[in-house]
Amino acid sequence: MAKITFSIGGVHPDDAKLSRGCAIEVLPLPQTMYVSMAQHLGAPAKPIVAVGDKVKTGQVIAEPGGFISAFVHSPASGTVKSIGPRKDLAGNNVTHIEIAVEGDEWVEGVDLSDTLVTEIQEDRQAILDRIKACGVVGLGGATFPTHVKLNPAPGSVAECLILNGAECEPYLTSDFRIMLERTKEIVVGAAIMQKVLGGCRTVIGIEENKPEAIEAMKKAVAELPYKIEVLPLKKKYPQGGEKQLIQAVMHREVGSGGLPISVGAVVQNVATSLAVYEAVQKNKPLITNVLTVTGNCLPVEKQHNYLFRIGMPLSYIAEYAGGVPEAAGKLISGGPMMGRAIANLDAATVKGSSSILYLSAESTKRGQESLCIRCGRCSDACPMGLEPFLLHRLYKAGDVDGLEANAAQDCIECGCCLYSCPAYIPLLDRVRQAKGMAMAAIRARAAAKQAAKESKTK
Amino acid sequence: MNSIVIWTIVILAGLGLVLAVVLFFIAKTFKVEEDPRIEQIEKTLPGANCGGCGYAGCHAFADSAVKASDLSAHFCPVGGNEVMKKVSEILGFAVVEKAPQVAVLRCNGTCEARPAVNYYDGDKSCRVKAALYSGDTACPFGCLGCGDCVDVCEFGALSMDPATGLPVLDESKCVACGKCVKACPKKLIELRPKGPRGMREAVLCRNEDKGPVAKKACANACIGCGICVKTCTHEAISLENNLAYIDPAKCKLCRECEAVCPTGAIHGVNFPKELDKAAVKERVAKRNAAPAVANATVIPSEAKESKKEVSNG
Amino acid sequence: MAYIVSPNPHIHASVSTKKLMLDVIIALCPAAIVSFLFYGLSEIAIMAVSVASCVVLEWAITKYLMKKPSTTGDLSAIVTGILLAMNLPPTCPLWVVFIGAVVAIAVTKMSFGGLGQNIWNPALVGRVFLLVSFPTYMTDWTVPAGFISNVDAFSGATLLGQVPILGALEADKLVNLKTLLHNVGGSAGEISALALLAGWVYLLVRKVIKPWITLSIFATVALVAGIFHFVDPAAYTGALFNLLTGGVILGACFMATDYVTSPMSSWGGVVYGIGIGFIVMMIRYFGSYPEGMSFAILLMNTAVPLINMKFHPRKYGRK
Repeated sequence: MAKITFSIGGVHPDDAKLSRGCAIEVLPLPQTMYVSMAQHLGAPAKPIVAVGDKVKTGQVIAEPGGFISAFVHSPASGTVKSIGPRKDLAGNNVTHIEIAVEGDEWVEGVDLSDTLVTEIQEDRQAILDRIKACGVVGLGGATFPTHVKLNPAPGSVAECLILNGAECEPYLTSDFRIMLERTKEIVVGAAIMQKVLGGCRTVIGIEENKPEAIEAMKKAVAELPYKIEVLPLKKKYPQGGEKQLIQAVMHREVGSGGLPISVGAVVQNVATSLAVYEAVQKNKPLITNVLTVTGNCLPVEKQHNYLFRIGMPLSYIAEYAGGVPEAAGKLISGGPMMGRAIANLDAATVKGSSSILYLSAESTKRGQESLCIRCGRCSDACPMGLEPFLLHRLYKAGDVDGLEANAAQDCIECGCCLYSCPAYIPLLDRVRQAKGMAMAAIRARAAAKQAAKESKTK
Repeated sequence: MNSIVIWTIVILAGLGLVLAVVLFFIAKTFKVEEDPRIEQIEKTLPGANCGGCGYAGCHAFADSAVKASDLSAHFCPVGGNEVMKKVSEILGFAVVEKAPQVAVLRCNGTCEARPAVNYYDGDKSCRVKAALYSGDTACPFGCLGCGDCVDVCEFGALSMDPATGLPVLDESKCVACGKCVKACPKKLIELRPKGPRGMREAVLCRNEDKGPVAKKACANACIGCGICVKTCTHEAISLENNLAYIDPAKCKLCRECEAVCPTGAIHGVNFPKELDKAAVKERVAKRNAAPAVANATVIPSEAKESKKEVSNG
Repeated sequence: MAYIVSPNPHIHASVSTKKLMLDVIIALCPAAIVSFLFYGLSEIAIMAVSVASCVVLEWAITKYLMKKPSTTGDLSAIVTGILLAMNLPPTCPLWVVFIGAVVAIAVTKMSFGGLGQNIWNPALVGRVFLLVSFPTYMTDWTVPAGFISNVDAFSGATLLGQVPILGALEADKLVNLKTLLHNVGGSAGEISALALLAGWVYLLVRKVIKPWITLSIFATVALVAGIFHFVDPAAYTGALFNLLTGGVILGACFMATDYVTSPMSSWGGVVYGIGIGFIVMMIRYFGSYPEGMSFAILLMNTAVPLINMKFHPRKYGRK
């Protein structure tokens, strides 16, 4: 079997891909949709429509609010009913554009056919412009604007494009389904990004628990005229973490605080690749994504993989799938290791939504916190080689210098430490705060240095 | 036997003497010359090293105060005016008086008024909870109830009330050091002037949602209706982002706003008499019903009356 | 319906302190059963008193002194009790066992704040305290009547105790393959190396502990003894003799690997193991005690904070 994986830490949760057999279904349009202005990393988008405006499906309704930001498009045709604060899944107010859905009339110039377009005609800049105009962001979780990531700063050279099909989070199957059902589109998307990055080595990494996807991908790569490798990976969480995947595939490590491009790597999710394909070859903006409705308290026949329009309320999708199961104790958007608990089911889906996961209270409720027994399981599990028990102690003592010296800022918040702690100490909860403290100290120092430099030149 | 005892005494005494001389010279050689006033000031300070003044501790405060050209940037909230007067005397600066302050929690969303809509299962820390989401009630502005403020208070002035789920302040212990203000991730705690004999009015809410949303989340929320603003005859209340705020400098403690507030978001404390809401409401209604021209003359007298009522009580 | 909300992760490996301690108890079972078979009822009584005193003491201290919820549910007091009993001779009076439990739980464990806070292994401090305070009881190796009769049992001295009497050459001959199976005439836990190793393998399979500490102790003991024995076989006992006698196996498998008092990192564990192995051999060859495992482990326990400061796991992306 596959032997390739990252070398430090990692855990092996039960992969529980219960909904792997559910083909992607298309959700019908609801009456109202709410499009969030903060669906991506970076500055929120600025609405460019007014209340009462008629909008078409795929029409730009908000533009980037900064360099790291993205366009937002209307998910349906209808009327803008309101623009204002609405609670997101964490219950915090975020500006949303409310659209009263009247139909599904698309803007012109979008190729809605299913035909596969394999020829990449545009040049590099045109492709980047198209990706930006279509609002494509990284769909692996971080929702970093793709056009920024594919356009590394001058001087840095991309040596390897890694397509992340690891889907190492338990339960989630949306990436798996698109790898099965939209295989060729993903490969073409990868080829497009390969072209943008100057024809570097391109690898599609897939964990070995998805043999069907590996096979389908190998077949598609063989049939299409691009130079792309398919790499089966050993199953281990968090393989899908950018830094871990780079180490697994390239045997290189991104330095602390550095970007993947510093070691010549660019990592993109397979779902992003699909979005890139649709944007560049079909001129179709990112208004749909695939989401899994699953959980350990939901019978398999009630589990689904849905193609949803971005802006559908989570509650609408849950209702359509048959309602929230009675045994559900926690609702999660995303995987059980890194997903976010849903505090407000009325929240709208965003570009990065990947699942509605129902976990039973028994399986998810945390145990009573007890004293640290110094077993060292947290540091064995940490894929960054950190010592969560130590960071925890330093955080409690408020020792910011100690936190920085012990690399609290390197934490990727994967959750392996808390997952493996026998004393149920909320390690990640506190290490995340510790990380914030260390980062703030580093930033403050950098700012002071900058200020000193400026005053010197004056 | 005898000689052993004598020798022991001699050796020990000699050793003690030699070490004392060594210590004396070490202390002399390594003595750090310091402004003697620093020590003087430090002695007057409470010595709590709480950092409420903005310096690392009492010594740092004294060190900085000695070097300062006036005391405008130095105030020990724990010692208050009394201590600052002494410090000013030591340094020969003019005395700067500050009104004594007290920490006020601007949330009155009790468990009853603001029912939980979900169950929080993370680390029992407001910082962690606030970073995760809006909280276990429908109000995204209110108190999270994990007691970060209680944990940082070095004077034991704060404690959690299990009945309300909110921290309660023991006014006699609060020194307004401001640690809780910094600790609260929802910025709910404000240092407000203690007021004459502790009497003060405040809007105990920070909900900026629109009225119906706020009301649905919490029965005690400020719904931004503006009735208090209209009622106040001293222009002490401002309304911004659906939230009223009483300026303590302008408030005359007439308690009319408290009486007319439909949700009970405005609270007065330490008043000797209980507020007769109905009577005040009636009075306000009568005044509002009076012709607009007359208003100008009526208001001051009414206000005076209400002021008298307070001081009488 | 109020759903649960918490930060990630939302699932847990469902490992708990209690489950880990239960695994340690299971791993100690073979050796305990062997000791019951050879030493009979008196050993069962020692074990019962030791475990019961440890649990009751911890419960009472948490309830009446610390005024905190009881921590006996995590089973660590039972582990301490079993280990203490295994480190005592089978003829030890029960009141001595109780004093050992007081030192182990009250002084060594709870006075530092309970599980995870102590610097030294509680059972070992208990044993060393008894060894220093009651040397007669602690070195009386008379073999009581067991369920299995021992015709070739030595009474009056352990194998290590024979060294000064017989000389190293003769003592070496006393150790053979049978000793691996059962070696009667010592602390209860030292009877069967095989039973102890079986328990250790169980802990490894269950991933409760990592093998590095134990292996480095064995390797160091073997190496040091091998060198000395090679230089002067008449003065120094050999590697096999030293590995199989005097609680090296019990100490290396169960006492030195105690989570709380051993280093966190694997490399730190190796250094810690080497330290134990070296100190135990020095005590045996040059010290006045025939045995040295308890002292060696306690000395290295003291060094653990320093080891932890020096040895960290390899961090991603940092040299």
